[in-house]
Amino acid sequence: MIDPKELKYTKDDEWVRFDGDDAYIGITDYAQSELGDLVFVNLPEVGDAVFAGEPLGDVESVKAVADVFCPVSGEVLEINEDLLDDAALINNDPYGAWFIKVGNITDQVEFLTADEYDEYRG
Amino acid sequence: MKLIFEKSIPGRGQDIFPACDVPVKLPAAPLREKKAHLPEISENEMGRHYTALAKRAHGVNDGFYPLGSCTMKHNPRINEKMASLPGFAKLHPLQPAHTVQGAHELIADLEKFLCEITGMAGVTFQPAAGAHGEFTGLLLIKAYHTDRGDTERNEIIVPDAAHGTNPASATMAGYKTIVIKSNENGTVDIDDLKAHLGPKTAGLMLTNPNTVGLFDPNIMEITKLVHEAGGLCYYDGANLNAVIGIVRPADIGFDVIHMNLHKTFSTPHGGGGPGSGPCAYKDFLAPFAPGLVCKDGENYVRAEKSIGNMTGFYGNFLVMVKAYTYLLTIGKEVYTLAQNAVLNANYMQEKLKDIYPIAFDTTCMHEFVIGLDPIYRKTHVSALDVAKALLDYGIHPPTIYFPLIVHEALMIEPTETETKETLDEAITAFREIYDRIFSAPESVQMAPQTTPVLRLDDTKAAREPHLRYTFE
Amino acid sequence: MGTFIPNTKEEQLKMLNEIGYKDFDDLFKVIPDAAKVKGELNLPDGLSEIEVDRKVEGLAAKNVVFRSIFRGAGAYNHYVPSAVDAIANKEEFVTAYTPYQAEISQGILQSIFEYQTMIAEITGMDIANASMYDGASAAAEACWMCKDRKHSTIYVSGALDERILTVINTYSFGRGSKVVVIPAKDGVTDKDALAKALADDAEAACFLMQYPNFYGIVEDAEELCKITQDAGAKFIMYCHPLALGALKSPGEIGADIAVGEGQPLGLGLEFGGPYLGFLSTRQQYMRQIPGRLIGETVDTRGDRGFVLTIQAREQHIRREKASSNICSNEAWCALRAGIYLSTIGAEGYEKVAALCSSKAHYMADELEKIGMKKCFKGEFWNEFATTCPDADKLLAALEAKGILGGLKLCCGCCDAGCDTDCILWCCTELNSKEDIDEVIAIAKEVF
Repeated sequence: MIDPKELKYTKDDEWVRFDGDDAYIGITDYAQSELGDLVFVNLPEVGDAVFAGEPLGDVESVKAVADVFCPVSGEVLEINEDLLDDAALINNDPYGAWFIKVGNITDQVEFLTADEYDEYRG
Repeated sequence: MKLIFEKSIPGRGQDIFPACDVPVKLPAAPLREKKAHLPEISENEMGRHYTALAKRAHGVNDGFYPLGSCTMKHNPRINEKMASLPGFAKLHPLQPAHTVQGAHELIADLEKFLCEITGMAGVTFQPAAGAHGEFTGLLLIKAYHTDRGDTERNEIIVPDAAHGTNPASATMAGYKTIVIKSNENGTVDIDDLKAHLGPKTAGLMLTNPNTVGLFDPNIMEITKLVHEAGGLCYYDGANLNAVIGIVRPADIGFDVIHMNLHKTFSTPHGGGGPGSGPCAYKDFLAPFAPGLVCKDGENYVRAEKSIGNMTGFYGNFLVMVKAYTYLLTIGKEVYTLAQNAVLNANYMQEKLKDIYPIAFDTTCMHEFVIGLDPIYRKTHVSALDVAKALLDYGIHPPTIYFPLIVHEALMIEPTETETKETLDEAITAFREIYDRIFSAPESVQMAPQTTPVLRLDDTKAAREPHLRYTFE
Repeated sequence: MGTFIPNTKEEQLKMLNEIGYKDFDDLFKVIPDAAKVKGELNLPDGLSEIEVDRKVEGLAAKNVVFRSIFRGAGAYNHYVPSAVDAIANKEEFVTAYTPYQAEISQGILQSIFEYQTMIAEITGMDIANASMYDGASAAAEACWMCKDRKHSTIYVSGALDERILTVINTYSFGRGSKVVVIPAKDGVTDKDALAKALADDAEAACFLMQYPNFYGIVEDAEELCKITQDAGAKFIMYCHPLALGALKSPGEIGADIAVGEGQPLGLGLEFGGPYLGFLSTRQQYMRQIPGRLIGETVDTRGDRGFVLTIQAREQHIRREKASSNICSNEAWCALRAGIYLSTIGAEGYEKVAALCSSKAHYMADELEKIGMKKCFKGEFWNEFATTCPDADKLLAALEAKGILGGLKLCCGCCDAGCDTDCILWCCTELNSKEDIDEVIAIAKEVF
């Protein structure tokens, strides 16, 4: 799968899509393929504060669990409840399956471009 | 095969209870309206159901069971016979002390034996399993620091190779887990340990021999460093059978230990429990011990600053009877258990190391770890595949994907009760599988083929959880 | 003496040499000398099987096995059908490990799946786990399940067995959570005190009550449930599993979690263990459940099979973030419970509940006739507390006849304001009318 050019990436394998002042966050195709079939995600609640570089939740496969790190600091505006019912969406469409939408952003980690990320994980 | 509910026919059943010989009276309280669906089945049909289930299970008595870290050794019959004596099995836990003197004597004797084996001063039998023993030991450590007013200590140091129960127990005891790295030899990285010791260190949890089957050569320096930092040393006794009678944890600087009676002391695992995880401690921790102790034969008393209770009564007493029976049988020659356990493991390691990559190629203790990663990268045959292939040879697979520090790990613990012939058969099976990995890899990836069910879909089970039978 | 080590000394030496070691000292030189025990441990000489048998039977013989038991208080003398021992003692069940390798463990996995279903059924809840250590530790874990970032205080009824409370307190010492006991009044939870305490505490996580409670009384669980849930806390019921053959189930009452001591389901008294903690709950709390869960799935042929599932909750994967550290549980005891419930069946389940209740009511009436009055007026199932002019004297007289009488309650532990001793009595289906009449006759002689 080709990593979309319009997104920003982290070395922890998350992607960010900025939408005005807000940000949608998910995990990359590389991350989902390394983790294998995902069976569950743990997400924060709407209204929670999240912090750049700290876990926002985690993803579970059958035999492993991995933290998902938040690339920005801010407030959770929305969570993708569809993922709570069907974690397979992340495997099937990693760049469509956003985890949370964050607003009131005050800080962010250093991002990679799609090309830089491809090279990093290449 | 059908579930027992699918064999149930309304109106069938078994006559167990007599007619009521007093007037029938239920409490004048809200009563149950919805009947519980329980099987209605004859004794014969029920017996066959469970016999069919038994045939679909694999115990130590069915064949070789080299499940690393779990010590699946022989469970002597005499243990079971002794535990079923009415003089033990029919005792009410709240009987007057003078009517259970034999039980008290047994507990006291077993405590003495375990103190001698560990070098500790006292034992609590309250914990019902190994993880429960870890939790107990950490609470003793916490009570000790708290009692001294040393309340800043909130960190427990755990090596990265530790069983998952160690960090999970630390969390239950309210501690933060500090993970330290293993060095290239698979043992504790002393520099990393030093870097993490400090005024916040409550203690260190260490499995020894560790989870890759190695005895840490720096063990006495490690415990000394932890003590110097003001922490206590916890010995995870899961692998005690490797050193029993040869090394005593208290002598090498440990303050508290749990043992698994269902591993080291031969009591059966029962498909996952009950176990028993007695926790032994040095003298200075005795005031914090949980449970009630009968010292004078009459009265039950609680230790002065007891942490409370871990279980409702005295722990898993009948498991204690089995372990006691075992120790009476073995006696002072307990070291012979360690000898044969270590010999068997090294024998298998030596006979496999020319083809399978050994994670840490040195003399191991009671178990060793194969790191299949190089083979996996070449062939896409995984540790899981090798494990499943062993099933077709009637061998229970080793522990897989543990410890986490070894990729594609297969952790093999033959135990001391296996013969050379059994080891040789297993070695042959491992070598045949190795050949198949290269000649017919798909045959390994498709294994097992001879079991009642083939590979099961774990992903489906977790994505669409069905945790019970649904009645129409 | 006996070691269960099969290899002879000669074979061992041959194996050692074959892999390059001179002898055992050579093999064990990886252990620093300073760490080794000097000399032999101070343990007795090993014994032959006959000697061991004699020694251990001798200890068993020093204990008193009562022929008639009227004591409960957490451990209950119920009948264990013959089939339970015969089936559970099959060696495939006894000597197996945790069913991690599903393909050769279908027997264990299916038996636990059936057990989970039966526990869910009797408690009226959606799902149950594969077992906990015992009732008390299950209660402590259930309280922890209710804790989240915003809710941490654990409330328990003052009519809860003190042993269970102690375990909850001990677990809480570790986790640093606050436990508040709502006092009992007339042998039952003080509802007003509960309502007030919960109203004043935005951090209330749960309230746990015992059903029937320690004094045997069937409390108004529906009202307690309503008070608790209205305050935004979770309602936990600690149940006697056989009482639920008669009483409204936790599911019908609306409880969030049901736990209890499964010992009455086919386990003996065993001097306190191994017993069986059961835990069931609603579907929505599935991921907060501690311990193992067995789930249904299919194999590559599409045939039904069972596996350990939703394991990412557990310690071997989630490590310090796991909901609990439990791994070994009481699987074999759960197997026994499954066989027990299959043996007695749907009808037997109701019958045994009625038998226990009927015997206890008969005994309470007969004791009342000789002046030993009930301490509390609440409705009871198979346990009840009465006054007694001199409990020690009566219990000694009963003991002399091979009868284990009720449990003497410590002074002031019930608030009945009795000016005499009190005894907590228990009847089960094993106490015949004749046995009960004998107790009454002895009591008459004593007083």
